[in-house]
Amino acid sequence: MAPIKNNIVASLLLSGLAQPVAALEMTGDVAIEMRYFPGQALSSQQHGHNSSLSAEIEMVHEWDNGDQLIAFVPFARIDQGDRERTHGDIRELNWLKVADEWELRLGIRKVFWGVSESQHLVDIINQTDLVENSDGEDKLGQPMVNLALIRDWGTIDLFLLPYFRERTFPGVEGRLRLATTIDQEHALYESKYEQKHLDIALRWSHYIGDWDLGVSYFDGTNRDPDFIFNGQQLQAYYRQIQQLGLDLQATKESWLWKLEAIQRRNHDDFYHAATAGFEYSFYGIFDSNTDLGVVVEYLYDNRDKYATTPFEDDLMLGLRLALNDEQSSEALIGAVIDIDGDANVYSIEASRRLGDSWKATLEGRLFQNIESNDALYSYRQDDYLQLQLGYYF
Amino acid sequence: MTKWISLTLGALLSVNALAETPAEKGLAIATQADQADNGWNDSTAELLMILRNRQGDTTERAIRSRQLEVEGDGDKSISIFDSPNDVKGTAFLSHTHVEKADDQWLYLPALKRVKRIASNNKSGPFMGSEFAYEDITSQELAKYTYTWLKDELYEGRDSHVIERIPTYKHSGYTKQIAWIDKTMLQPLKIDFYDRKGSLLKTFTTHDHQQYLQKHWRPSRTEMVNHITGKGTTLNWNNYVFNSGFRDRDFDKNTLKRSR
Repeated sequence: MAPIKNNIVASLLLSGLAQPVAALEMTGDVAIEMRYFPGQALSSQQHGHNSSLSAEIEMVHEWDNGDQLIAFVPFARIDQGDRERTHGDIRELNWLKVADEWELRLGIRKVFWGVSESQHLVDIINQTDLVENSDGEDKLGQPMVNLALIRDWGTIDLFLLPYFRERTFPGVEGRLRLATTIDQEHALYESKYEQKHLDIALRWSHYIGDWDLGVSYFDGTNRDPDFIFNGQQLQAYYRQIQQLGLDLQATKESWLWKLEAIQRRNHDDFYHAATAGFEYSFYGIFDSNTDLGVVVEYLYDNRDKYATTPFEDDLMLGLRLALNDEQSSEALIGAVIDIDGDANVYSIEASRRLGDSWKATLEGRLFQNIESNDALYSYRQDDYLQLQLGYYF
Repeated sequence: MTKWISLTLGALLSVNALAETPAEKGLAIATQADQADNGWNDSTAELLMILRNRQGDTTERAIRSRQLEVEGDGDKSISIFDSPNDVKGTAFLSHTHVEKADDQWLYLPALKRVKRIASNNKSGPFMGSEFAYEDITSQELAKYTYTWLKDELYEGRDSHVIERIPTYKHSGYTKQIAWIDKTMLQPLKIDFYDRKGSLLKTFTTHDHQQYLQKHWRPSRTEMVNHITGKGTTLNWNNYVFNSGFRDRDFDKNTLKRSR
């Protein structure tokens, strides 16, 4: 199919390649972000209100009737207040070959597994780019060989992950960081191969009627670090783990029933965690075009208070509004409530297109009654409201 | 489809029977129209969607669409959005069914996430346009009951006027009145009546062209909302038939690498 995009016919660039009709497409966005922190930071080293500029460009070259493709997606951010948040990453640089019964991908990519909204337990291929956003939704590009075998009884994805990416963290001047700073130059590893340990993963995914499901297995370096205090700073310690994962969604009319469950094992420990819940949608409320979705998810971790995540016995309640207007206006308002404590985290994410090429996004988080034994205790002064204005091309 | 073939035969045999009821004649016309367009196998097209508000201001969306004809069940389709730029690469996969609810998935490129979505939101607007999801998904014969009302000239063309009533759940319409061109066996105009029974929208088709000496397709379609005064134009370009697509080109793996 001939795309009706703003093609840059790059015959000069691509003259060395076999297909003369090939085209290079370039798309992307540039965004300015402003964060307002009403509270005084815990440390005098941490910045106050903050501005930031980011850019992501996607270059795609497709040939062989769309059965081969090279994608390159660099990302960069310049941050006013936090030197660690001024960073760049290659989100994607990969080659894809498609055949009838398989797809092969070589290079740096992003892969998402899962169904839930509040946290992503099963999703384990990519490292979190935590300095980008404390919600953990941003990911670093992961080098891989990925072979997908496509059969009538589902898709088997095999992954070889030859290089480990360390998690990014806010720096000393940054907000939404741990009270004790992290030595980002010297991470520790259980494996003697450190970042060069060969991790493997496989996943079977399929759908049967209105059920979509995936079963996954991962053996390699934990994307979630433990922390070791070296007397001055924390050092990230990356263990070897084996994780078995299940993700499941049943789509029954206006109900989306969701389950994600993992079993994770390391040298000393073994635990389970799960997210289970639903999303129910009311369509066209009050005779308008607006849809209202109600999201309820229960977050469980059997390590309870020893969990390295803040979500061990919590309830997420959310409202999703979609105006279905020309500007694609939408909002997700949520609260994560600690069932056996008083801690609550509130969040809002809302966006609206402005004209054809601009989009405004509002994001806010409130950390309330966070107790000293809670993993979020260090964030207690870091409530914020953020406005992002992006230009898309 | 076997069931419908036998119904068709029955309907055709009774064309000249004096006792043909309006319901029988309506179904016969709809079946004839469905049969006349059979055998297109697969098609691709590029769409330019122009949204117009009451003041006449317009915004545009570009969509690439590809369809697969499925024997014995509803058709499959993938729509890929090329603009607005912030949703570029978003793709919508639909497997329609005659007997049960349709299967629908959405691919969100920024998150690399495929989401199964509920298919009962039939009456919701597609991409902020005046087209509802039920207007743009595959029009299977068994999704309506039919009644022939009359034959008349519409815009100088000999037409059957038939009423069709959705049989599927969650439709936003109580009835539709369609003007079917007798030669092309394609709708020229459809009036949509809302849940209260009043005229909500009018759909019209324009500048038809015939492909493979058989399949008539409009080059432009219009949807006007009589309540809000808003309208949507769809310009259909570069129709291509018989590219040799198969089920594999309409699975979740293909959706995930839509560009």
